[in-house]
Amino acid sequence: MSFYVAQFLTGLAEASSLFLVACGLSIIFGVTRIVNFAHGAFYMLGAYIAYTLAERFSGAIGFWGSLLTAAIIVAMLGALVETVLLRRIYHAPELFQLLATFGLTLMVEDLAVIIWGPEDLVGPRAPGFKGAVMILGQAVPSYDLLLIVLGPLVFGLLWMLFHKTRFGVLVRAATQDREMVAALGVNQRWLFTGVFALGIFLAALGGALQISRDAVNHTMDLRIIVETFVVVVIGGLGSVGGAFLAALIVAEFNAFGILIFPGISMILMFIIMALVLIVRPYGLLGRLEAPTRAVIAAAIVWAPLSSAGRIAVAAIVVAVALMPFGVGDYWLTVGSEILIFVLFAASLQFLMSTGGLVSFGHAAFFGLGAYGAALAVKDLGLPLLPALACGTTLGCAGAVVIGWFCVRLSGVYFAMLTLAFAQIVYSVAFQWTDVTGGDNGMLGVWPDAWAASPHTFFWLALAVALGGVVLLRMIVFSPFGYRLRAVRDSALRAEATGINRMTTQWAALIIAGTFAGLAGALFAFLKGSVFPDSLGVSTSVDGLVMVLLGGIGTISGSVLGAVVYKALSIFLVSQTDYSKLVLGAVIVGLVVVFPGGLGGITARFSRLRPVLGPAPPARPESLG
Amino acid sequence: MTLTVSNLRGWYGAAQILFGIDLGVADGEVVALLGRNGAGKSTTFRAIAGLLARRDGQVTFGGTDVSREPVYAIARRGLAYVPEDRRIFADLTVEENLEVGRQPQRAGVPHWTPERLYALFPNLGTMRKRLGGAMSGGEQQMLTIARSLMGNPSLVLLDEPSEGLAPKIVEDMAHAIRALKAEGLSILVSEQNLHFARLISDRAVIIERGQVRFAGTIAEIDANAEICEAFLTV
Ligand SMILES: Nc1ncnc2c1ncn2[C@@H]1O[C@H](COP(=O)(O)OP(=O)(O)OP(=O)(O)O)[C@@H](O)[C@H]1O
Ligand SMILES: [Mg+2]
Repeated sequence: MSFYVAQFLTGLAEASSLFLVACGLSIIFGVTRIVNFAHGAFYMLGAYIAYTLAERFSGAIGFWGSLLTAAIIVAMLGALVETVLLRRIYHAPELFQLLATFGLTLMVEDLAVIIWGPEDLVGPRAPGFKGAVMILGQAVPSYDLLLIVLGPLVFGLLWMLFHKTRFGVLVRAATQDREMVAALGVNQRWLFTGVFALGIFLAALGGALQISRDAVNHTMDLRIIVETFVVVVIGGLGSVGGAFLAALIVAEFNAFGILIFPGISMILMFIIMALVLIVRPYGLLGRLEAPTRAVIAAAIVWAPLSSAGRIAVAAIVVAVALMPFGVGDYWLTVGSEILIFVLFAASLQFLMSTGGLVSFGHAAFFGLGAYGAALAVKDLGLPLLPALACGTTLGCAGAVVIGWFCVRLSGVYFAMLTLAFAQIVYSVAFQWTDVTGGDNGMLGVWPDAWAASPHTFFWLALAVALGGVVLLRMIVFSPFGYRLRAVRDSALRAEATGINRMTTQWAALIIAGTFAGLAGALFAFLKGSVFPDSLGVSTSVDGLVMVLLGGIGTISGSVLGAVVYKALSIFLVSQTDYSKLVLGAVIVGLVVVFPGGLGGITARFSRLRPVLGPAPPARPESLG
Repeated sequence: MTLTVSNLRGWYGAAQILFGIDLGVADGEVVALLGRNGAGKSTTFRAIAGLLARRDGQVTFGGTDVSREPVYAIARRGLAYVPEDRRIFADLTVEENLEVGRQPQRAGVPHWTPERLYALFPNLGTMRKRLGGAMSGGEQQMLTIARSLMGNPSLVLLDEPSEGLAPKIVEDMAHAIRALKAEGLSILVSEQNLHFARLISDRAVIIERGQVRFAGTIAEIDANAEICEAFLTV
């Protein structure tokens, strides 16, 4: 009994930390409508800066002063980011905002390594809270007890702030209707900056408080962001009370889940999320959002390729197919990798452009395909083609399961949920060492003799990528494709004509996931190995950037996007150790320079062609 | 003229709604903007208040051109906008709704406090802690006007204040609007209800399909049955 009490207290302490970070994210979203992917990065910065201050300056400002100062410094950084970066993209589609803040995360990760090094840093213990307190015969760290008090205390302070100050009342009003708040004479710029700084302060404080409990390292940002997403999705975006409740639930399930299913507590968290979403799609205390701005900027009329277009494509394919006679093995391997990503990007584009569904976790299917193929080779001893089929099937199966949950949501919720699922699959691959080899991956996944040479493999990759892209295009122009686009353009109208939105989108996700699985399976054979990274966020984001580069308003612009982006990143990795920093900066730059999306630009050019409709993109409402 | 609108044009996306509206409101005057459903009254108001993303033309308020200013800056000059759909903050109490509208005192215009507004709209005074979402339509209409008055405006754009209200409440509303006029406020009020317009306004402008079709006194409209028939629902 007493053991369970102690475990319960551990859960409460965890809940407090989680609450700090999650409610910051929720408050920021409520007012600015930005899902701040960089929230985890600010959390991590809070921890790193607190560590440095506590190590170097605790004489002057003390341990607690260090934590507070760190949170304030990071909050100021946050305000800077808001004024310099986010203000430029409030009108951009939410996908771009997620991407820009993700780019920021990438940059911060590399910067943290540059400044603090790659090793784990262990901070000093909190003065006065070094020991443990005996509760019912169990030792409970006194620092945990402090955290347990801190969570509700912060909740109370926030409540006071939101109900007793003008700033708070304005924040609550803006969460409901920010245009009306502007029409009443409130300059929102400072409101937004203030809210962003407040949210970041809470995240950084959450990070700073961790330094005497846990090691500080440069991967803590992604770990916390996934948990945070899960918490705010359960609690409801924009709701502080929801964040509090959800943090409690998640942390307690974690604390007890570890006892019952050690190692897979992550999955427990996701089961809770799934259950909550089925019952309340907008979270426990969340509210149905007005439909969000469409991703597709212009109403472009899509048409199958003209015969001239077909001839041009055929000529390009023939030229590519002749490459093995002209270039060396290294370049053929690079070429195969690019072709594999062409298929991956095309599958994501199908989901995004035709389906209007922005997935931040498309790598889940790619990685499942890779692991499926690797397991088929290693455990079942299957040859190349059946193994590819196994990989594809696993990707498809993943999409069936994940899709079933995700299509219940739309917009940012959909994006966050796909990300959360992908992270879960990632942690399964990472932790289930017996089957997947964990961090060491699975090695020795080589193709059969007939496909083993770089040029036959290149042709195989070309055939698969070409076949995949052609099939996807055929689906776009099939009756199913038209239904899918009808749902994308107006779910209400489509449903009125008897199209079931969820089934249609679910099917689209399964199609996209299957093709991504095929790409992943091929990727395993190309590399001869599989690592958890193939399932990671950065793979998902690679796909997103490819689609953006190619133009989200196009049907298969991602083919070009994949070629350009993959070639560029292979080049970058070979040139610099800080590829994340450069890549992050490129992503942020892209979003700032083209806040309407590259698709808008492609669409503008393509409007010159007669097949396309006139409608210019609607300008978003002015914010004031 | 405290407000002069000339050649105002406005769009929703690619669809043009306003085709060059001209109108003016003199100091202390109540002008009614009349027209059928979909004539473009609300769009005109949104364009004047700076809320329409795509607009063109000139809006001069108190001698300054405000047509390029952001929404909040226009409001701070003392041009208040009361939306047709009320847009009460449902999760905020009556008091808090008023607080959102509060702006500093302005010279030469009436200064409003919650207490003064509760005197103008006695119903509100009895429900200061009630949530906006838990109020009746009529109460919300009073609250949205009161909330905009908290900004101490010199001119109010009132979009269909009588819409969907019981006859008794409509009378209260007319009474309140006359009280505002007596305070010296200028008011541009949109209406479909000619009877209500007659109760409160000095002049009327009739629009149809985003264009001004008539400008004159209410008596002139009454005397001219053709105008009524052509542009108003009677
Ligand atoms: N958000 C919008 N998007 C596109 N078109 C709109 C939008 N709001 C209004 N419209 C169109 O603009 C035109 C003018 O509408 P507006 O609301 O200004 O009319 P109104 O005179 O206020 O009518 P009512 O008396 O019904 O309030 C209408 O044809 C309407 O369909
Ligand atoms: Mg109207």
